[in-house]
Order: sequence, then structure tokens, then C-alpha cells
Amino acid sequence: MIPAAFEYARAGSVQEAASLLQKHGEDAKVLAGGHSLIPLMRLRLAQPSALIDINGLKELDYIHVEGGRLRLGALTRHVTIQHSAEVRQNLPLLADIASEVGDNQVRNMGTIGGVFAHADSAGDYPTLALMLDAEVVTDRRRIPAREFFQDLFTTPLEADELVCEVSFPVAPGSHRYIKFRRRLFDWAIVGAGAQQVDGGWRVGLTNCGPTPVRCTAVERALSEGASVADAAERAADGLSPSGDLRASPEYKKHLATVLVRRAVEQAQTG
Amino acid sequence: MKHRIAVTVNGKEREAEVEPRLLLVHFLRDNLGLTGTHIGCDTSQCGACTIHLDGKAVKSCTLFAVQAQGHELKTIEGLAAPDGELHPIQQAFWDEHGLQCGYCTPGFIMAAAYLLDQNPSPSEDDIKKGLEGNLCRCTGYVNIIKAVQTASRTMSGAAQAQPAASGA
Ligand SMILES: Cc1cc2nc3c(=O)[nH]c(=O)nc-3n(C[C@H](O)[C@H](O)[C@H](O)COP(=O)(O)OP(=O)(O)OC[C@H]3O[C@@H](n4cnc5c(N)ncnc54)[C@H](O)[C@@H]3O)c2cc1C
Ligand code: FES
Ligand code: FES
Repeated sequence: MIPAAFEYARAGSVQEAASLLQKHGEDAKVLAGGHSLIPLMRLRLAQPSALIDINGLKELDYIHVEGGRLRLGALTRHVTIQHSAEVRQNLPLLADIASEVGDNQVRNMGTIGGVFAHADSAGDYPTLALMLDAEVVTDRRRIPAREFFQDLFTTPLEADELVCEVSFPVAPGSHRYIKFRRRLFDWAIVGAGAQQVDGGWRVGLTNCGPTPVRCTAVERALSEGASVADAAERAADGLSPSGDLRASPEYKKHLATVLVRRAVEQAQTG
Repeated sequence: MKHRIAVTVNGKEREAEVEPRLLLVHFLRDNLGLTGTHIGCDTSQCGACTIHLDGKAVKSCTLFAVQAQGHELKTIEGLAAPDGELHPIQQAFWDEHGLQCGYCTPGFIMAAAYLLDQNPSPSEDDIKKGLEGNLCRCTGYVNIIKAVQTASRTMSGAAQAQPAASGA
């Protein structure tokens, strides 16, 4: 289908992007990789009045490792994260996850900043961000991941606020992310991540609620010496996923316990 | 408001005035008459519209034409040699019967060309993963995978033959 008409402007700098957003008002939107926004516009589920194209902002396309943090510019594309030696060394789980976002064509366009700003419940990076207490850095503030994902497609971002960076703590320890889906390129029906940090475990789930979920009950059970199988049963604690075309809430809760167990086991065995 | 764009398509400079909402695939098909690039879905999932943007495989239904300003595009029409000799990937799809109705084929060939550019000798699993963004409703994929394997062999054979020939 043909998207509704809109105004288009290319931003030459972060400041210009913000001022263009202000100028075009509430219904203006940032255009990054376009791989969540354009599909919505084609279905006319989104009808922005203007798109501010930030694809020319090379200053938002970087990967830095500094002071124990891995910092990724908002415009870093999935394909770059997937193949980055810095990411592979400092946060290998992020590179693994990037290699399974969509397909080659999606990874060549989609950006990390777009995934955070869009806040789809099936987005994969947000789960890792929540597990590791990552931060979203905007043109005006730093927002911890646990405050960032408020609800389905809902974040604290102002209409004219730009995501500039996502900053993760370095975590090279044992790790695994398992994405359960029917076809290779699909979004996760349920995803589960496990990452060892300072001898303990961080565990999280994708698409088991309106926002990513951190499995603190599982983490606690593991730190108290429970077996992986027993700890993983706690993954369904307090979980209230909504059903969708592909899975009922009960099935998702079942998947959560099975996938968390497998993720921790496979992380342990490397 | 319309925007002026200048793009290189299959080596030719093209200029046009386009509405921002014009999808790149519509620009290629309707404005430039390059109808080899197909449209198979409304949800960015099927890959029939796959082209190369600065050498990278992208879904041309999920970009606006204005975004292509200043970039280099290659479509299925740009793959064969000027004298009409098929590209080794096209020839391999022909030889291995990698198509039935052919609707998905241009997208598969452009995705395969990107895959072989990144990884000239992919394993069967690499091929499956490399083509995960393309759907085919007819073939069952087996002959598509064979075609990519055959193309990989001919193309690496050609690459090896070249230095030997120039050394002789
Ligand atoms: C077939 C297909 C399969 C996919 N599978 C997956 C998957 O398995 N897992 C997954 O996580 N994702 C998946 N995606 C989505 C993909 O990762 C998108 O690239 C991503 O969700 C959005 O990033 P983008 O750069 O494309 O953003 P856009 O589509 O450009 O933007 C999305 C939203 O975020 C806003 N925005 C973007 N960047 C910024 C910024 N810097 N500051 C402020 N606002 C901003 C936009 O205004 C818009 O509202 C898939 C997409 C497709 C088409
Ligand atoms: S037409 Fe289906 S992905 Fe582009
Ligand atoms: S050959 Fe018919 S869809 Fe692939």
C-alpha cells in the first residue's frame, strides 16, 4: 500500500534534527533505518506529518569501548554490530543477538537507536539492555533501561527528543540468547537471554509482556545455589504475557521456563 | 512538496522529482520502467523487491525513493553482461531449475549476489541463513540452494582462472 503523504527533511546535525522536529510539530517523526516505521506507514498504522531523516548523521554511527562501557551510536546498523570485533570481544551476546535480528536486508538498514525508540515488545536488544542495566543517552539526558521501557511502544522520549547512544557495561562472560520462532527471519515468539556477570547470572525474556522482562526470581534462585532446572521454573513468576496470532499466554509462559533453562545451560557449556 | 533526487541505477545517472512518500520500489518500476524488481507483500517480509544499495542487499519496498539521493543502486536488470550473457547466478538458477513461477527469482538472485559477495564459498547453512529474508511459494527452496552452490563454484572457478590467464 501507499503511505499517506508527509513532509521530508534531511538533518545535517543532531541539533538540526531536534529543531526540525520542533518545527514540524508533534506528528513529525525521526526516520532512521525505517524498518519498523515504513512497514507501519505502508499499512497506514502510522501517518506522521513529517519525517526527519537522520541517516546522514555520521556522528551517530560509532562503536566505542571506554571505561568499562561499550557505547554504540544510535545509527549503528545491525549488520555493523553483528560483525564488529569490539562488540564480539566486549559484549559477545550483543553480536549474537544482532546476527538474528530479521534477515540480511533488515540488518543492512535497521539501527540500534530505532529498536530502542520504537520499543516493540518483541525487540531483542532491549532484553539485554534491561538485564545489564544499560543506558539510553539522548540529546538531553541519560535514561536507565529499567525506566526506559514503560509499556508497549511507550518510552519517556519527548516528541522532539533524539536517541543518540546506547551504552552497555562490558560483559565478556558466558552468555546465550535463544530466540524461539517458526521461520528464521521472524521476530521472537519468546526470547530468553542469560549472561554471567561477576560470577552471578543476569536473565531476561523477550515478548513475554508489553516490555522486556528481567527474571530476578531466576537470578536469585541461581545465586542461592538452586539447580538450573529449578531456578528456570521461576521464569514464569509474575509473568502475564498477552496472547497473539502465534502463541497463547499459557504457551508463552511454558516457553519462558523452557528457554530460560536452555539459555543458562547452554551459556554454562559454552 | 516534491524533492529532486539524483541516483545511479545500474551504472546510469537518473534524476527525478519525487513525492517523499514514493517507495523506492515504485520509483524503479513506475518511473524508470525497471519492472524486474517485484513486489510480493505489504509487510517487508518476502524479499521479492531486493536490490543493492551501495552494494548492500536491501528491500526496496522499505525505503523511500528520496532516501536513495546520491546513492548507487543495482537491480536485476543490471546483473547480466551488456551483450546479454547471463550473470553466473542467473545461469545457475536456469541450470538448476531454481525457479518455477519466477516471481521471487529477481529478489533471490539479488540476495544471493550479496551473499556470495560477503562469503564466496558458503556452506548449505550459510546459504539458508543468507537467504532467510526471501520467500518462495513454489520451489521448496531445494533447487534455489543448489543454484547458489553452483554459482559459488562457477564464480570461484572464474576468479581462480583469471589470475592464471593474466599470468600466462
Ligand atoms: C521483516 C522484519 C523482521 C524484523 N525482525 C526483527 C527482530 O527479530 N527483532 C528486532 O528487534 N527487530 C526486528 N525488526 C525491526 C528492525 O530491527 C528495525 O530496524 C527496528 O525495530 C527499528 O529500527 P530502525 O532504525 O529501522 O527505525 P525506524 O523504523 O526508522 O524508526 C522506528 C521508530 O523509532 C523512531 N526513531 C528511530 N531512531 C530514532 C532516534 N535515534 N531517536 C528518536 N527516535 C528514533 C522513529 O521515529 C520511529 O518511531 C524486523 C523488521 C522487519 C522489517
Ligand atoms: S515486497 Fe515483500 S519485502 Fe519488499
Ligand atoms: S518460483 Fe514461484 S515464488 Fe518462487
